[in-house]
Amino acid sequence: MKKIGFVPFCLIPILLSAAIHAQTIYPIDRATMVTGGKFDFKVEFKGVVSPSNVDIKINGKDYQQVLGNAGEFIGREKEVDASAVWVRDARIQQPGSYTVTVSANGEKAEVAWEIYPTLKERQAKNVILFIGDGLSVAHRTGARILSKGVTEGKANGRLAMDDLKYMGTIGTSSTDSIAADSANTMSAYMTGHKSAVNALGVYVSRAKNSLEHPKQETLAELIRRNTKMSVGVVSDAEIEDATPAAVVAHTRRRADKPEIVEMFYKVQPEVILGGGSAYFLPKSTPGSKRTDETDYIAKFKQAGYALVTDATELNANGRKSDKLLGLFHTGNMNDVLDRRFLENSSTKKFPNQPDLTEMTQTALEVLSKNKEGFFLVVESALIDKASHPLDWERALYNTIMLDQSVAITRKFAEKHPDTLIIVTGDHTHGLSIVGTIDDSKPGTDMREKVGVYQAAGYPDYKDMNHDGYPDNVNVSKRLAVFFTVFPDYYETFRPKLDGLFVPAIKNEKDQYVANQVYKDVPGAVLREGNLPRSADTGVHAVDEMIVQGSGPGAEQIQGYMENSDLFKIMVRALALGHQR
Amino acid sequence: MICLCLRKALKAPSALFLWRLCGAFLICLLVSRVQAAELMTFDEFYGKTGVLGFEFSEKVKRLSGKTVRIKGFMAPPLKAESQFFVLTRAPMALCPFCSSDADWPEDILVVYLTKRQTFVQNSRQISVEGILEYGSWTDPESGFVSLLRLRQASFSTP
Repeated sequence: MKKIGFVPFCLIPILLSAAIHAQTIYPIDRATMVTGGKFDFKVEFKGVVSPSNVDIKINGKDYQQVLGNAGEFIGREKEVDASAVWVRDARIQQPGSYTVTVSANGEKAEVAWEIYPTLKERQAKNVILFIGDGLSVAHRTGARILSKGVTEGKANGRLAMDDLKYMGTIGTSSTDSIAADSANTMSAYMTGHKSAVNALGVYVSRAKNSLEHPKQETLAELIRRNTKMSVGVVSDAEIEDATPAAVVAHTRRRADKPEIVEMFYKVQPEVILGGGSAYFLPKSTPGSKRTDETDYIAKFKQAGYALVTDATELNANGRKSDKLLGLFHTGNMNDVLDRRFLENSSTKKFPNQPDLTEMTQTALEVLSKNKEGFFLVVESALIDKASHPLDWERALYNTIMLDQSVAITRKFAEKHPDTLIIVTGDHTHGLSIVGTIDDSKPGTDMREKVGVYQAAGYPDYKDMNHDGYPDNVNVSKRLAVFFTVFPDYYETFRPKLDGLFVPAIKNEKDQYVANQVYKDVPGAVLREGNLPRSADTGVHAVDEMIVQGSGPGAEQIQGYMENSDLFKIMVRALALGHQR
Repeated sequence: MICLCLRKALKAPSALFLWRLCGAFLICLLVSRVQAAELMTFDEFYGKTGVLGFEFSEKVKRLSGKTVRIKGFMAPPLKAESQFFVLTRAPMALCPFCSSDADWPEDILVVYLTKRQTFVQNSRQISVEGILEYGSWTDPESGFVSLLRLRQASFSTP
């Protein structure tokens, strides 16, 4: 018995190690790519191999011939004692199925790719992609209730995004995890390739240097290479933050923000509007977060950009320019709830920030001057940045702002019907609307004031001035919204009027514990977290997302799609599979 | 200082002794006045804040090289044995050292301690005293760039 048992026990580790250390091929299995799209082809061998022992074939042919570029054989990679083959800027012009086979020293690996074509003629002149960062179903429902109201079972109005004609759902999983972050999700939209959490425009290989990974061409780069279209990037986060960065960036580490500014400079989108000026300033300038003395404000100006730094300048001068750089905060811009509705100190340092609607309007005016059309990304970033710290009121207000920006764009599309509009998130958060909280119920125990089913009734938000936002966020009968994942925190059952919620704080044991600041809020109760104690806030959910679209090419949005498929819809609408 | 002044003075004749005593007393008073830490708040770092950069306040310029005391919150350090920590105006929900989707607020103060002290929970306000220094400086070990620092600092929990 013992002997029989010993044999499989011994084999398991050998089999596992073969699976883990077999040579790796990038792009990975099941990658889909547009004809003529650029990508880096890399094979990582598990040890040092001699080139004469290596055989790489694509559909049985010499790989360099198929990839249209000569490869480099690296005998010994920098940080690992192993060899690699690297073909930079590879591309395949012929559509079809491709099988890559690699053998070296008796080890074999195989991946299959699908190269798809596009029509010769463009369907859409303009493509506008709206990203509500973290946009989940509850954000949409909540925004509709707060903005339009609901009575007798029916919504009293519709969001602008509600009437986009085609709808599907998007899966967001990563190459390394079922979960995802804003880097690799937006990267999938922008490149058509999946990647690992934290990565932008690259496959995550074994290199230690974050900037030395196999690249995936971005849509903006493809547009630059193949067309005379304009490109615009608008976000209320730092412009170097993951979502806007994915338009131009190639790094394994989204925190490479100084380098990301350089990548923006390289691609030079005609419109760049957002926060994050700190990474444009040389390090000796107070307020800078750069680690070198490069002055990117000066460099962009020299490259012909007009610079605006507040709402007044944006609205007065923004549209006059052909290339516009607007930076409105050294860091992330502030939530619309703090900027426009609450009197607290959140916006004291930057009191005159524009709204996402104003940035969207100006971007459309500048970009639409180009007769060749444009590609514009607009991100409402703070939906996510408020959802992480469980601050759903701010998240819903930021969702309303996203929707008002969509409304502006739909008006534009009425006059320019050759415009494809897509609205989606990049990943979801775990939050749900379950009913109402009614202060007028007896007692001080807030839990007993939560109304569900028929006891929920309707909240009493009002919008008397018709600006699309409730006149008061802190009404006595308000929505009951709860998050599914959280660190230890004090549930106050109320909006945080002084500033963004800070649910948990790190203690001396490196664990996040409930922030005591909220302990004495009347009715506050401690909710013990369900995340590891190393988690500082709520996290992204793996739930799929809604995507909607209207305009030429939008009919491709249907059923379940991978996030990388959205790239296909955009390049098809713009016929980018044809070299010019 | 006081001891040294008194010993010197006691060797002198009486008239001169009184003068010297007075003088020593005045010097001691002056020195203790200079050494008493001036209080600072996070609002007083920058005279002007703007997208294109901040300007250090007159108070920062005036107190540069002098001892100041400030209250704030200790952000979770880069590593336990770090030579420095970041003092923030308010406790932080996200830790920029630990999470790549978080970034520092614009008004931080980097604190270099004379002696290692144990980490204090981020929710607890601390009072830090040290010599104020301003201008861009890159920490040679971590590469962390700071604009405003306290050197030879120590902190206490009020």
